[in-house]
Amino acid sequence: MAKVTLNDIAHSYNGPSDNPDDYALKKLDLVWRDGGAYALLGPSGCGKTTLLNIISGLLIPTRGQVLFNDQDVTRLPTEQRNIAQIFQFPVIYDTMTVFENLAFPLKNRGRTKEEIEPRVIELAGMLGLSRNLYTKAQHLTADAKQKISLGRGLIRKSVNAILFDEPLTVIDPQLKWELRSQLKYLHKQFQFTMIYVTHDQTEALTFADEVIVMYEGKIVQVGTPEALFERPEHTFVGYFIGSPGMNIAPCTLQGNRAVVEGHDIVLGRTYRDIPAGAKIELGIRPEYLALNPPEGQGVPVRIVKVDDIGRHKIVRVGLNGRELNVVMPELSGMTGNNARLVFDIDHTNIYVNDQLVPGEPR
Amino acid sequence: MQLELRNVCKKVGREFHISDVSLTFTAGSLNILLGPTLSGKTSLMRLMAGLDQPTSGTIHVDNRDVTGVPVQKRNVAMVYQQFINYPNLTVFENIASPLRIAKVPAAEIKERVAKVAALLKLEKLLRRSPQELSGGQQQRTALARALVKGAELVLLDEPLANLDYKLREELREELPRIFSATGAIFVYATTEPSEALLLGGNTASLHQGRVTQFGPTIEVFSRPRNLITAQTLSDPPMNLLPVTKLNNTMLYKSHVEVPLLGPLPHLPDDDYTIAFRPHHLSLNRHSDRDIAVKAKVAVTEITGSESYVHVDVAGVRWVLLARGIHNIDIDETIEIFLDPSKFYVYDRNGALVVTPEAVAGA
Amino acid sequence: MIVKQTNQKAWFMVLPVFLVVAFSAVIPLMTVVNYSVQDTFGNNVFFWVGMDWFKELIHSDRFHAAFLRQLLFSGIILAIEVPLGIVIALAMPRKGWGVPVCLISMALPLLIPWNVVGTIWQIFGRVDIGLLGHSLASLGIDYNYTQDPIAAWLTVIVMDVWHWTSLVVLLCYAGLCSIPDAYYQAAKIDGASRWSVFRYIQLPKMQRVLLIAILLRFMDSFMIYTEPFVITGGGPGNSTTFMSIDLVKMAVGQFDLGPAAAMSLVYFLVILLLSWVFYTVMSNIGENSSNGGGR
Repeated sequence: MAKVTLNDIAHSYNGPSDNPDDYALKKLDLVWRDGGAYALLGPSGCGKTTLLNIISGLLIPTRGQVLFNDQDVTRLPTEQRNIAQIFQFPVIYDTMTVFENLAFPLKNRGRTKEEIEPRVIELAGMLGLSRNLYTKAQHLTADAKQKISLGRGLIRKSVNAILFDEPLTVIDPQLKWELRSQLKYLHKQFQFTMIYVTHDQTEALTFADEVIVMYEGKIVQVGTPEALFERPEHTFVGYFIGSPGMNIAPCTLQGNRAVVEGHDIVLGRTYRDIPAGAKIELGIRPEYLALNPPEGQGVPVRIVKVDDIGRHKIVRVGLNGRELNVVMPELSGMTGNNARLVFDIDHTNIYVNDQLVPGEPR
Repeated sequence: MQLELRNVCKKVGREFHISDVSLTFTAGSLNILLGPTLSGKTSLMRLMAGLDQPTSGTIHVDNRDVTGVPVQKRNVAMVYQQFINYPNLTVFENIASPLRIAKVPAAEIKERVAKVAALLKLEKLLRRSPQELSGGQQQRTALARALVKGAELVLLDEPLANLDYKLREELREELPRIFSATGAIFVYATTEPSEALLLGGNTASLHQGRVTQFGPTIEVFSRPRNLITAQTLSDPPMNLLPVTKLNNTMLYKSHVEVPLLGPLPHLPDDDYTIAFRPHHLSLNRHSDRDIAVKAKVAVTEITGSESYVHVDVAGVRWVLLARGIHNIDIDETIEIFLDPSKFYVYDRNGALVVTPEAVAGA
Repeated sequence: MIVKQTNQKAWFMVLPVFLVVAFSAVIPLMTVVNYSVQDTFGNNVFFWVGMDWFKELIHSDRFHAAFLRQLLFSGIILAIEVPLGIVIALAMPRKGWGVPVCLISMALPLLIPWNVVGTIWQIFGRVDIGLLGHSLASLGIDYNYTQDPIAAWLTVIVMDVWHWTSLVVLLCYAGLCSIPDAYYQAAKIDGASRWSVFRYIQLPKMQRVLLIAILLRFMDSFMIYTEPFVITGGGPGNSTTFMSIDLVKMAVGQFDLGPAAAMSLVYFLVILLLSWVFYTVMSNIGENSSNGGGR
């Protein structure tokens, strides 16, 4: 296990260049502590896979260093980095049994049978593979195969880091729950340094202690799932995390009051020294908006659409020309198309040129 | 148009891929085929399209038997999980291709392509080549090609599976509008219950080649007539509690005692399975009727605003969904609360015998 | 009712194929069957002999010798061409300018007509004017394929390897190219040796194309005629008289129509049987390794 340090990493697939647009990864500095669970989250083309390949040794970055503990591994090939990787599709050795698959990384490193057997049996038990230990791996279902890939990654206690490249892509939704919680459990048991690449926010947030959100080759925010949800530092994070994402509406500011579509909203904090001509937006998560009946308090809105998705309802409301999403467990007492919208001021954020501004306490 | 499947079976080798499926879809309806991998979604679509012939049973369009009619002679379109476009044609020509084959006059082609491009927000991309587009735009192009010929039956086989989470959300949001603008029958296969709920329409829940329930999506979600449907429609998965009713008690081992509310006392003595959803399991007591249960925490997942607590209760594994951040240590024993008014009770054959409404009405 | 119309049309469409097959295969085959149970002394006078030709054939040393020769030849060919083909395929570049160069040079021998291949090697091996034969002779090696059976065998085998290994290479190469990079990366991470990568990734993934290659090479080498006929004419003595050459000698040279017909039927059945065995094995493996996919 190791601490992973990324020092001033940048990568361009066309070699060194002065044009910043050539860089799939712009400047990156990160330190990941030994035994932590991290997720790289972003849409396709954001550079997360490039970064993963730099860590695994498939790519040598155009600039910068990769350190495992204090050893510079930037130019070491994959096999010398002592890492494990789990891929999008299960990679298994078809002709081997489950046991042989799991034992393979140990066998290649010359461990004795006495060392290998108890370890394989213990891990297979944790993964729920005990019953199939002696069947050929190719006859199993996709989720069992992915468990084998996972097991081969976890079998060696000495690995520096375990990398995951969207490992749940081919797994059915119900089984995703099982695999995800198993993975989390195994992380708590073994304390490996784990790096998980995904475009799926649920996977990233549920897996990681800390999530690195990437967008267009840059890191836009590093934070705990809670921080990313409550205080997105960039409007992109607000949009990308949460389902539906954060409502972002242009506004003007007057001290502790925001004006959205002609309606005054009193905020919890005061905002001063906003540069003139800057793009000012108000961001609030659908979970922090609520609807009252038309005779109640709040900003008058029109209900455009209600989607009942079982656990709660997603209500699309029109505030003059702008549409906002509201998440409500129940819609009681509302009959017509009109309602009143209430903002939770403690969870209302202000963005200037897409960046969160903290404001001052009132 | 109305599409009707009457007792359709498809046998491949010795295996039934589809057994005894009867379904009726009406014009302008959206019908979701929901089930895990290999549950028969694609097989069923191939039968509807005329790509395969059923082993037995018949397929009717407007009460006319079309069972042997090959796909070329049916007015159907299909969209696949992979983004299938002609790489050497522009987006315009890709969309126009079915019309060119049908020898539609050039002026009409232009008009129809423009119309469907507007519906799918592709107006600005018509001169590009598909390779220059993002995954979402490529799939929009494929969708436009399916819609342009005015097919009466449009089959979509997990069309969003290869897209990023956020792009998926965006298209999912638009699809019902696009569907309702055309008036065709849409059949949409997916493995994800959340997708079915967001799209609405009707859902056929599939399991091992059989339709376990068919009806409006929200109704199938809230009144699953059998245990398999309940499980298929739930993400996170349904929590299950196997109980035995004997005289005037209903027990799970000696661990959980279920109070005999509503119609429960009238059930014959036997084994039953109680199912309830994760958001109906709570860390706090909400009413006097709630059942308190001791549980051991297996793992906790945090999504930013909510926490999924996986717990073990005397050998059964449940997921508890709680609002807010609850970081509970592994192996800690906590008290959790079950709300009996949210219970679905299934008999030993998996048929629904008591609904939550019946229990709650007591 | 639509069902029946479509079906009738389908029958009509396959009728030409049916007729062609009838004239080119079924009728000649029936003729051969007819010959195999009769004896003739010419002038279209035939006697019914029943299974006599078959009994004679089964007990004839000449047939046994030709059959064993044929089996030995196919065995040697497979033992050389399959491993050699795999090795060459493994050594071929996966990307860059080398790919088209390798593919074209591999395809070249396959494009040459069989009799031309025979002629090329016939001249190539001649001691007086052939590059190979002359070079070997000047090195002091006693090589003469027209007199020495071993030299004749070597020449025919080397020629076949030169001509057909490419086929195995191209099939294996296609199989290798279909292996996703993730497998190689996983193997590196697992610390697998070069041999393990071959044994546990490349070989299993090549299994199906390899079986096709083996089947094709087996059938082809079992029926080989043109090249040895051009080079050695089946000699020296009968040392390279393979089954097809023997058959032609019997039918055309000696005009023993009955025994020749019986032999060609046995020959046909042997190939059919072995191909069927291969087919069964292949489809079993196909079933076992199919991943199901979406239904």
